[in-house]
Amino acid sequence: MSVLSLRGISKTFGAVAALTDIELDVAAGQVVAVVGDNGAGKSTLVKILSGVHPADAGTITFEGREVVIPSPAAAHKLGIATVFQDLALCENLDVIQNLFLGQEIRPLRLNDVAMETRSWELLRQLSAKIPSVRVPVAALSGGQRQTVAIARSLLGDPKVIILDEPTAALGVAQTAEVLNLVERLRENGLGVIMISHNMADVKAVADTVVVLRLGRNNGVFDVDGVTSEDIIAAITGATDNVVSRRAQRGQTS
Amino acid sequence: MTTTATDRQDERLRTGEGLRGALSDVVERARGGDLGVIPVVVGLIVIWSVFQILNPIFLSSANLVNLTLESAAVGVIALGIVCVLLVGQIDLSVGSVSGLSGAVLAVLFVGEGLPVWLAIAAAVLLGAVIGWLYGQLFNRFGVPSFVITLAGLLAFLGLQLYVLGTKGSINLPFDSGVVSFAQLDFVPDWLSYTFAVVAAVWLFATGYLHARERRAAGLSARSVTTLAVRSVALLAVLAFVVWYLGQTRGVGWMFVFFVALVLVMHYLLSRTKWGRAVYAVGGNVEAARRAGINVRAVYTSVFVLCSTFAAVGGILAAARLAAANQSSGAGDVNLNAIAAAVIGGTSLFGGRGTAFGALLGIIVIQSISSGLTLLNLDSSIRFVVTGAVLLLAVVVDSVSRRSRTSHGRA
Repeated sequence: MSVLSLRGISKTFGAVAALTDIELDVAAGQVVAVVGDNGAGKSTLVKILSGVHPADAGTITFEGREVVIPSPAAAHKLGIATVFQDLALCENLDVIQNLFLGQEIRPLRLNDVAMETRSWELLRQLSAKIPSVRVPVAALSGGQRQTVAIARSLLGDPKVIILDEPTAALGVAQTAEVLNLVERLRENGLGVIMISHNMADVKAVADTVVVLRLGRNNGVFDVDGVTSEDIIAAITGATDNVVSRRAQRGQTS
Repeated sequence: MTTTATDRQDERLRTGEGLRGALSDVVERARGGDLGVIPVVVGLIVIWSVFQILNPIFLSSANLVNLTLESAAVGVIALGIVCVLLVGQIDLSVGSVSGLSGAVLAVLFVGEGLPVWLAIAAAVLLGAVIGWLYGQLFNRFGVPSFVITLAGLLAFLGLQLYVLGTKGSINLPFDSGVVSFAQLDFVPDWLSYTFAVVAAVWLFATGYLHARERRAAGLSARSVTTLAVRSVALLAVLAFVVWYLGQTRGVGWMFVFFVALVLVMHYLLSRTKWGRAVYAVGGNVEAARRAGINVRAVYTSVFVLCSTFAAVGGILAAARLAAANQSSGAGDVNLNAIAAAVIGGTSLFGGRGTAFGALLGIIVIQSISSGLTLLNLDSSIRFVVTGAVLLLAVVVDSVSRRSRTSHGRA
C-alpha cells in the first residue's frame, strides 16, 4: 500500500517536455531513490511534489485520496516535506531558531523552553550528533547542517520526505552519517524519496530505484536484484551508451 | 542534580555549572570572538578616562546629566537604524526625516495653533508614511535601500525647508509640554530608585521563573546564585547612576523615555516571532522566504519603524532645542545615528545586533562629542574624531567576525 503514487505526470516548459507520463510509488517505511542524468527531470519532479510547480497532467494520490499540490504550503499541510539541496538555513541563528523558523510556538512571547524540548526530541529521534542546540548553524559541519534541515522537515509530522541530493556536498564520514539518518527515517515509518547521483549511496540505503531518462520512466528496479552497471545502463540509455558502443567496436574489429 | 539535563548530555560539551560555570562561559565566548559588549565598555572607559584627565568637569554629575539628555534624540534614531541594519539594509535619510518631523511639529503647533499632541501625532505619522513608502519602493522595484534613502535624504531636506518657509526658524514656547519634557522634567529621586529596584526584581523574577520552567522540562538552567548576583549587580549599577546623577538635576524623563523604547525594542527583537523573522531575513533572505516568512512585510515593517523612530527623534531634538530650524537634523545627525548603531555592535552585514547596542553606542558618540566641546574644540575636529571612532568600530566588527568564523560562531 503506497502513501504517495504518481500516475501519468507530465510537465512542459514552453516547447520542452521536462516530464512525460511519470509513474512513481512510495510506501511507508520505504526508501525510493530517483536517479537520472542531468536534465532527466529529477529536479522538476521534486518541484512538482513540493508544490513549487504544478503538474500539467496526471494524478497524484496521497494516502488513497487524489490531491493537487498548488503551493509549498499545501505540500507541507498534506505531509510532504522537502529538504532542498541548499538546505536553506540561517547561519546567524542557532539550531532551535532554525528548526522553528516561521512556525515558532507562541508568537508574541516565544516559548523557548517548549521549542528546545521539542528540538531535542527531534534530534534524538534521528540519533543526531549535535552537541548543543544553542550554537549558530554556522558552527556546524555539513553533515550536521543536513541533519538540522531534515529535523526541521520532520516538525510537521510528515508522511513523505523528499531529500534532494542529500550527500552531494559531503565528505565520506558525513555521507555515512546522513545515510544513517535516511535509514532512521525509514525505521520511523516515513516514505523517503531520495534524489541522488551517487550509485554507492543508492545501493546502500534505497529499497527501490526509479530511473528517469529524458523526462520518462526508464525502469524501476528492486535494489537487491540489480547491479550498479544495470542502473547506469538505464540512466545513460541501455541501447546507446559509451559502454555499449565500446563493446560493439570490439566485436566488429 | 542527579540526572544530566537534556541539553548537557553530549560528552563533547564543556560547560560548567552554577555561577562559576556562567562566568567561564562568558570568558570562553569572548575568546571565540563573540565579544558582546566588552569592546564598547572598554572603549567607553578609555574615552571617559582620557577626557576626565583633560578636563575634570567631564565626569561631573552636571555634565553627565547633560550627556544623557543630549543622547536621547539621536539615540532614538539609532534604535531605528539598528532595525534596518538587522535586515541588512540601511536608511541614510534619518537625519532629514528627523528635521522634517521637527519642522512639521513646529509649524502645526506654533504656526497653525493645533494642540501639541495632535502636532506630535501628525509628525510621527508622517515618519511612518515615509517608511512605508521606502518599503513599497524597495519591495516592488528592488532598488537598493541606500539609493532610495539617499534620494529621500535630499527630497525630505527640501520638504523641510519648504515647510519652514521664509522664516527658516520657528521657536517652540518654553511653557509647552514638549519643551519642558525635554529640558526641565526630571524624575524625582524616590521614583528613580524605585525604577532601579523594580528593574532588578524584574530581572531576578523573570530569570527565576524561566529557570524553573527549564528545570521542569529537564533542561539546564541558571542557578539561583547566578541570577541573584546578576540582579544585585544591576541594582548596584543603577542605584549608583541614579545617586550620581541625583547630585545635580537627576534623571531626565526624556532619557527614561529613550531607555523605555530600548527595552520595548529589545523585547520585540528577542522574544517575538517578528524579531526572529527580522534576524532570519538579515541572515539568509531565501531561507526566510522558504520558511514561510512574509519577507516583504518584514522589510516594510522595519523601514516604517526606522522612519518613525527618526520622526520621534526629530521631535525630541526640536523640543530639546526649543526650536525647529533649517539645520535641524542636518550635519552629523545621520552619521552619528549610524555610528552609534555600529559601535553598539550591530553588524553592517545584517543579522547581528541588539537594541541595547543603540543605547551603548549613542553614549560613546555623545561622550566624544561632549568631551571635545568641553575642550573648546571645533566641530571640524569632532567630525574627524567621530569618523575615526566609527572606523574603529567597523574594524572591530570585521575582526571579531573573522574570529567568530574560525571559532564557529559566525
